[in-house]
Amino acid sequence: MKATISQDTVRADFVQKVAEISGENFFNCYQCGNCSAGCPSVEEMDLLPSQVVRYLQLGLVEEVKTCKSMWVCAACLMCHARCPKGVDISKIMDALRVLRLREDEHNSRIDVTDFDDDYLERAPQIAMISGYRKFLSL
Amino acid sequence: MNYTYFPGCTLYTKAKKLDDAGRECSRRLGFELDELPDWTCCGATFPLVNDYHIAMSGPTRILADTKEQGSDKLVALCSVCYNVLKRTNHVMRTDEERRAKITDFIERDYHGETEVLHYLQVLRDELGFDQLAEKISKPLEGLKVACYYGCLLLRPVKEIGLDSMENPTIFEDFVRALGAEPVDFPFKIECCSAFQTVHSMDLATRCSRDILNSARNCGADLVITTCPLCQFNLDDRQPEIKKADPSFEQIPVVYFTQLLALALELPVAELGFERNLIDPLPMLQAKGIGVE
Ligand code: SF4
Ligand code: SF4
Repeated sequence: MKATISQDTVRADFVQKVAEISGENFFNCYQCGNCSAGCPSVEEMDLLPSQVVRYLQLGLVEEVKTCKSMWVCAACLMCHARCPKGVDISKIMDALRVLRLREDEHNSRIDVTDFDDDYLERAPQIAMISGYRKFLSL
Repeated sequence: MNYTYFPGCTLYTKAKKLDDAGRECSRRLGFELDELPDWTCCGATFPLVNDYHIAMSGPTRILADTKEQGSDKLVALCSVCYNVLKRTNHVMRTDEERRAKITDFIERDYHGETEVLHYLQVLRDELGFDQLAEKISKPLEGLKVACYYGCLLLRPVKEIGLDSMENPTIFEDFVRALGAEPVDFPFKIECCSAFQTVHSMDLATRCSRDILNSARNCGADLVITTCPLCQFNLDDRQPEIKKADPSFEQIPVVYFTQLLALALELPVAELGFERNLIDPLPMLQAKGIGVE
């Protein structure tokens, strides 16, 4: 991948906003990969959790904004628990999701009318409520 | 001893068996769970971003109501409720700025005074597992149990602090007190995919498959959990897993309070096993458990 890095991209608004609402300092990460090694969703991700942080360090906004990883993160906090530098990627992933959902309602990831009766009969309320919170624009 | 109790939305309906068994077992063990009046949903997700305060108004109100009732402890059975309430409480205790915003919004004077306990914690720290073992009338001998912690009961360890993050023992100690045998399995603290189940079914199926295979391979007869979302994912995904891999051996997934109820000889007919997709009764009865 060819990427152009500059002061401007590193200080991009989007990156600042992710840092601000996640409360995480990306520059603490030294790319050991512990987070990605323990992540249960990694098989479904296009960028590893450690790569998401790396791209944010470099200010590669478009790549991060369009990544699939934030949408398959299960917020299980394994990455945070195992990070030797104390970086909480679950917060970074949540910040990315929240910003995308706030940008535009078309970014919503589930359509509540898609669930069939049989599924609704079986699925617990917690699944639906937390799902709405994570995947519908607010 | 009486505790204020927060059932949460799912325990009133889909996970009623977790609730019923928990309440009845507590009576038999000598403590009462007094349901918090007029409670609302905790929101089922702790907001991980710092500018989403409104998601904490529900749980804060629940915690403040508990305090105003004159109770200093609030007990939850569901891992999700426990995690949301405990983390919210941590914010109210330690983050002045966020506390001020939430207080302003819900107009309640609350500084994190309520202590949030998981039911397992009551059994370990207040009753004591030794006491529990003495009260068991039907030790579950010969039953090999995989204690599935998942994520929300343990993490983040600094805020939750129930047990060690990598090597927790509370669940295994509980199972030992019931006279059953806990089996150690590598996936006990892995995530079942949680809310991803409404978004990425494939992810939920794969995560559940890995956890269940790990439990089976380590010799478990059944899996226990404290979480209605874990129970749903692990139980509900099994037909799909079996379709993709006919050699997959199905395994029952039950709530820890149901296991406790069996050890206290509550009537099996009242334990709601008919809601389980994978029926645990044939296996249990083959071991002489749950035979009326
Ligand atoms: S575990 Fe922490 S330091 Fe290591 S790559 Fe992940 S975020 Fe960076
Ligand atoms: S919180 Fe998300 S990124 Fe971190 S380990 Fe869990 S699924 Fe992976």
